[in-house]
Amino acid sequence: MTLALPALDVQALRADFPVLSREVNGHPLVYLDNASSSHKPVQVLDAVRDFDAHHYSNVHRGVHTLSQEATDAYEAARTTVAAFLGGRHDELVFTKNATEAVNTVAGSFGNARAGERFALGPGDEVCVTEMEHHSNLVPWQMLCERTGATLRWFPLTDEGRLDLSELDALVNERTKVLAFVHQGNLLGTVNPVDVLVARAREVGALVLLDGSQSAPHMPVDVHALGVDFYVATGHKMLGPSGVGLLWARPGLLDAMPPFMGGGSMIEVVQMASSTYAKAPERFEAGTPVITQAVGLAAACDYLTAVGMDRVAAHEGVLTARLLEGLRTVQGVRVIGPDTTEARGSAVSFVVEGVHPHDVGQSLDELGIAVRVGHHCAAPVCRRYGVPATARASTYLYNTEAEIDALVEGLERVKAFWSA
Amino acid sequence: MTGTDSLYQEIILDHYKNPHHKGLRDPYDVEVHHVNPTCGDEVTLRVQVRDGVVQDVSYDGQGCSISQASTSVMTDLVIGQPVPQALGRAEAFLALMQSRGTLEPDEDVLEDGIAFAGVSRYPARVKCALLGWMAWKDATAQAVGPSTTEETA
Repeated sequence: MTLALPALDVQALRADFPVLSREVNGHPLVYLDNASSSHKPVQVLDAVRDFDAHHYSNVHRGVHTLSQEATDAYEAARTTVAAFLGGRHDELVFTKNATEAVNTVAGSFGNARAGERFALGPGDEVCVTEMEHHSNLVPWQMLCERTGATLRWFPLTDEGRLDLSELDALVNERTKVLAFVHQGNLLGTVNPVDVLVARAREVGALVLLDGSQSAPHMPVDVHALGVDFYVATGHKMLGPSGVGLLWARPGLLDAMPPFMGGGSMIEVVQMASSTYAKAPERFEAGTPVITQAVGLAAACDYLTAVGMDRVAAHEGVLTARLLEGLRTVQGVRVIGPDTTEARGSAVSFVVEGVHPHDVGQSLDELGIAVRVGHHCAAPVCRRYGVPATARASTYLYNTEAEIDALVEGLERVKAFWSA
Repeated sequence: MTGTDSLYQEIILDHYKNPHHKGLRDPYDVEVHHVNPTCGDEVTLRVQVRDGVVQDVSYDGQGCSISQASTSVMTDLVIGQPVPQALGRAEAFLALMQSRGTLEPDEDVLEDGIAFAGVSRYPARVKCALLGWMAWKDATAQAVGPSTTEETA
């Protein structure tokens, strides 16, 4: 038995999120699109507003007071966000989003200016999985196109898990990098990081973990996970859009060439050539995402105050109720694991005879927001023989009553479309 | 579901449940495959043009009610029409879809297509309504191009 945690006071917490009190199409908003993007509490909105109103300036190299205050806030944000993931200040790069963070790492491989660990060419292999978001698939495809390396991937089981039966063949002595998602955005599957990292260590491959769906929903300690790179994005974890992060194991960033050239990432600039700043500045060319970083730090503070273990426990309860509720609606099929074991709170499903777009549109008429489509994971849809899915995804502010509203809404959707 | 009435008109639901001219048929001049990359909807569509008239349009595909019904309505509107008239109807439907609910559709031109006026108020669904039409325009352009060349050669 794990120690029982005091449950979240969801009603009190909901009061922090202004959008949750609005109505949509005459119904109270039921926001179940959190895997796509989450909402912001007043603590984040206020932090952003206060910073912009009273402390904003460009960061670094300024001597005036506002510049110093802005720099302090920006660098404090770096410390806060890194600590939220169990990392240290100089291990964290602010990016535009998780996609840019993956591209920053992928761009280092097969790059003549990079260290030996990033050498990549014909005969070498890059390994991903069939459940990746396009953001952790396409950059690796492009890398393989550029270098002549071979892309390989783990297939999926019918239950929505990684098929690890060929683990030793797929991650082998030719594998230079293994990139995979911590928690699948379409399937909700939580992958066995320890098993994959252990195999990567045996063959000396670097590991990138896409934490876009794990950082918002579970306690994360990047050092304990044992990965080399971890990426995430602010807007899925109560923060603003426009800011993501790349965490890297100490020593790796300094071996990587810059991703983009420009201001702030330099050491000495001459007309013919330049030398580059140390990480993390090396990867933050141009004016960085200053205000957004401050907002993301406020979001991390908020989540820390609530407690990520309590967030995860609450979502576990909601997910169990959702899976159970969906089972009661005839003709609904869950795409992904149908138990809460090693599973997050994003639940994809299809309704027999009703296209996901029509499911989503009809639910919107009831004020219920779910996402429909391929969720930037088209190969996953193909794997399970569906063109698209509807996906309900919860967060710390969702309630069991909202899960029930969705389940009841699906019955109404079915009634409408079978009339 | 009363709110969706303006989107899910009875005519649209009828075409969705009982689509016209569905299924791929021979003979045909050109076959195209179009997809909507944002949602994964797809259609395979065949066109046969004889003497400047759209002889047949057949199709198969998967998609939401809007895309399927719109393709069904499209076949009613273009089959048997001289190509210029059929293209004119396609233009009228496109204009309606881009109108954001501000255009009063002409029933003489668009017949059942007027039921899609409400769709133009849902920007996320306009692409669904245009999927079959765009496939037809593409296929027809290909069918007319080479055959015109042949006739004049």
